[in-house]
Amino acid sequence: MAGLAAQIGRGAMSNPLADMDKPDTIFAIGTNMTECHPVAATGLKKALTKGAKLVVADPRKTRLAELAHLHLPIRVGSDVALLLAMAHVIVRDGLADEQFIAERCADYEEFQKHLKEFTPEWASEICEVPAADIETAGKLYGSAKLGAIYYTLGITEHICGVDNVQSLCNLALLTGNLGKEGTGINPMRGQNNIQGAGDCGAVPANYPGFQPVASAESHEKFKAAYQQPDMDLGNPMTKVTALNLCGAAENGIHAMLINGENTVVTDPDKNHCEKALKSLDHLVVVDIFLTETAQMADIVFPASAWGETDGVQANTERRVQRLRKAVPSYGDSKPDWWIIAGIAKELGIPGFEFESAKDVFNELCSLSPIYKGLNWDNIGDGVYHWPVPEEGHPGTPRLHENEFKDGMRGKFKVIGYRDPAEVIDDDYPVWLTTGRRLQAYHTRTQTGRASGIDYLLSEETLEIHPKDAEDWGLIDGTMAKMASRRGEIELKVETTTRSPRGTVFTSFSFADTNVNILTGSGYDPITQTAELKVCPVRIRPS
Amino acid sequence: MIKDPSSAIVSQLAITIDGQQTTFTEGETIYQVATRLKKNIPTLCYDDRLDAFGACRLCVVEVEGIRNPVASCTTKANDGMVVKTAPPKIEKMRKTLLEMVASENRQIDVNPLRGLASQELSTLVNKYGARNDRFKGAKSGTSNLKDENPFILRDYEQCISCYRCVRVCAEQEGDYAITVANRGFHTQITTEFDSDLRDSDCTFCGQCIQTCPTGALADKKAIRAETLSEPVKKTRTVCPYCAVGCSIDLMTKGDKIVGAQPAMDGPANKGALCIKGQFTYDFIQHEDRLRKPLIKQADGTFKEVEWDEALKKAAEGFAKAKAKYGRHSIYGIASGRAPHEAAYSMQKFIRAGFGSHHIDNCSRA
Repeated sequence: MAGLAAQIGRGAMSNPLADMDKPDTIFAIGTNMTECHPVAATGLKKALTKGAKLVVADPRKTRLAELAHLHLPIRVGSDVALLLAMAHVIVRDGLADEQFIAERCADYEEFQKHLKEFTPEWASEICEVPAADIETAGKLYGSAKLGAIYYTLGITEHICGVDNVQSLCNLALLTGNLGKEGTGINPMRGQNNIQGAGDCGAVPANYPGFQPVASAESHEKFKAAYQQPDMDLGNPMTKVTALNLCGAAENGIHAMLINGENTVVTDPDKNHCEKALKSLDHLVVVDIFLTETAQMADIVFPASAWGETDGVQANTERRVQRLRKAVPSYGDSKPDWWIIAGIAKELGIPGFEFESAKDVFNELCSLSPIYKGLNWDNIGDGVYHWPVPEEGHPGTPRLHENEFKDGMRGKFKVIGYRDPAEVIDDDYPVWLTTGRRLQAYHTRTQTGRASGIDYLLSEETLEIHPKDAEDWGLIDGTMAKMASRRGEIELKVETTTRSPRGTVFTSFSFADTNVNILTGSGYDPITQTAELKVCPVRIRPS
Repeated sequence: MIKDPSSAIVSQLAITIDGQQTTFTEGETIYQVATRLKKNIPTLCYDDRLDAFGACRLCVVEVEGIRNPVASCTTKANDGMVVKTAPPKIEKMRKTLLEMVASENRQIDVNPLRGLASQELSTLVNKYGARNDRFKGAKSGTSNLKDENPFILRDYEQCISCYRCVRVCAEQEGDYAITVANRGFHTQITTEFDSDLRDSDCTFCGQCIQTCPTGALADKKAIRAETLSEPVKKTRTVCPYCAVGCSIDLMTKGDKIVGAQPAMDGPANKGALCIKGQFTYDFIQHEDRLRKPLIKQADGTFKEVEWDEALKKAAEGFAKAKAKYGRHSIYGIASGRAPHEAAYSMQKFIRAGFGSHHIDNCSRA
């Protein structure tokens, strides 16, 4: 998200979901959409029945890849090389939208020069796919009238996540596929309200509404609004840094409040994470179940669940929608905001006299320029996509129409390819990549407790190409041990041609086969997103 | 260029329906125009998200100058057309058609928990008084009750061969998991190779259940609550899983959540759902839920306590850390799963409470 914001002003999905059946060419990279966003994928399938072309770049032969006219099974972590070569083809063949570039972009000359050496032949060596297919991908996207890019965490969960995103944005700028119906650069957000968490300022670098903490103006605004004279100007700290500093003698983190995150299962390098939380003097967890993380807490608060509280969430297309209470809270559980406000009031922190979810949401709207035109009463039908700069404004389903944010120019970024944090070698000769499955959500604290799901998905497997399994002495349905530089887990072998040769896959949903014991080789230097998508491993029969 | 002001009017297409004149756009069907005029033309095979099919013939209307009645769902409106939607002759035909449909269904009345559209047949049969055993004879469809999947009941003895399930699976979902075998009284909705749904391309999105007009395909999880006496209440909300933000009607009986149905007018999903939104709501009232605040004891076990005690104790810990290590020793992790009010309160807690930007969420993981 930081990558997009730096180039085109907004780190969010540019086009609405309703646009998904409209492109004539779709480039989907690092997204297993039919499993992770099944309803959105129906839009793409409709575009295909109308004759759209689909190019899919994914190491695995996902369902989406099966539907594609061209599938590029690139080696995990080689995205930048592919995207550079596609840009090379587009410029070389005169497919760039010169008018769009001249009118709305900056730094093109340097980018154009940079591309010269990155031929499809060069990328073919790195991506391990034929140069001719890379040519075709570049030509298809480059000659689209309405070309749309869709991506997910397969792009961002790398040490070069920002490079990947910005390389994709370069392609959209190069071809003018922004600000029009059926085009755009569209990150599909993973969780129901991950967009909303950012909108609300639950990120280190921004106050609510993406107002930077480093800006003097926002600093003054929130110092006053929150009655906090000692407010830091800048000085954000990410969760990754915080976990590294837990219990440290200098600049240490010693107390933590965690709301609804099963940190020790979802985060990379489980051992490191557990050690960090154990070293705290004080850990408070707010959740609906006694998760693995909650078990480590000093105090656990029972939160009301979905269906038990009123509230608001924002979807991937920046649509702000109402959640409604259908049943009373379970036991003595209470809404998250009520619990957090309760602790704040005990501490004497001012400004937590909220009486309802409505009070909280309306305060957010009053402080956020992108929500300024919204309030609890006008969002009932979910028709608004932010930004909604004033009341009466219709909202913004499509970003970047006519101009980028505040009239800025779209910036081309000069990016080079680099290897993942760890690459395969004699000790760890196999690439592991991780993801989700259709029937499970995250750590299964919810879907694992829904009746019937076990009938379809009762255990996790390790997906291995049949020929690799044969070479490694593994048999379908038997157990295998898989080790990385950080640990070892055991899980059942499933031979399938969904996996390419030399790359295996498993999901992170099952705590008993916690793949995040293995992951955590590195982090993106800008966003500190972990490289969960690449991890060299070795595999042997149990 | 200035347009001729009269040209817009001249080029407008007009149709007369039940004596009422209205305009329409090229390509609209008689059914679509009539529905806009709030004409209640009966249908069984129609789902406005799907291509019109013209199989049930209930939507036939009379068009001046055309000898036989036409199916309004597949007939395009024409300029100058004069249509009658419910003259006695047409209503009589509809009744006969419904009598024939009713004659081969073992059960007309099904519990509304079976699915969103499950009352369509019984409503029409009642409206037209077509429950009269006028026709007796062959029955079509054989239920597949050996498919033990926990989500979709395949009670094909109620099937009327409208093909809405097959069409929604193909056109709306793009999955093509179910198909039609045989014709006439031998028509059977099935999968490729007549397998269990689990072994087909079915993703258990539940769309076939929700479009079925007779309850032949039914929500197995929801009908477990058939015996509860309270009325079904629906609450409009948004799915709590991925970020597509599908609108859902959560069904409750009393204080119990009994099922979920897609909202046909949901702005992000327009009636679509996936297996998670459709079938995995029951974590909410699972017995593993936390009931009371917990405080960890010296021996590592948790003790249930009252809110006042827990809130005080939580606050004390943060105050102590601040006093001992300074305001930068405290960190908050918000959730991308909880609503805005949670995320906003979390960041305000850290920023207003400690003046730092020690706040993040799981979007990095």
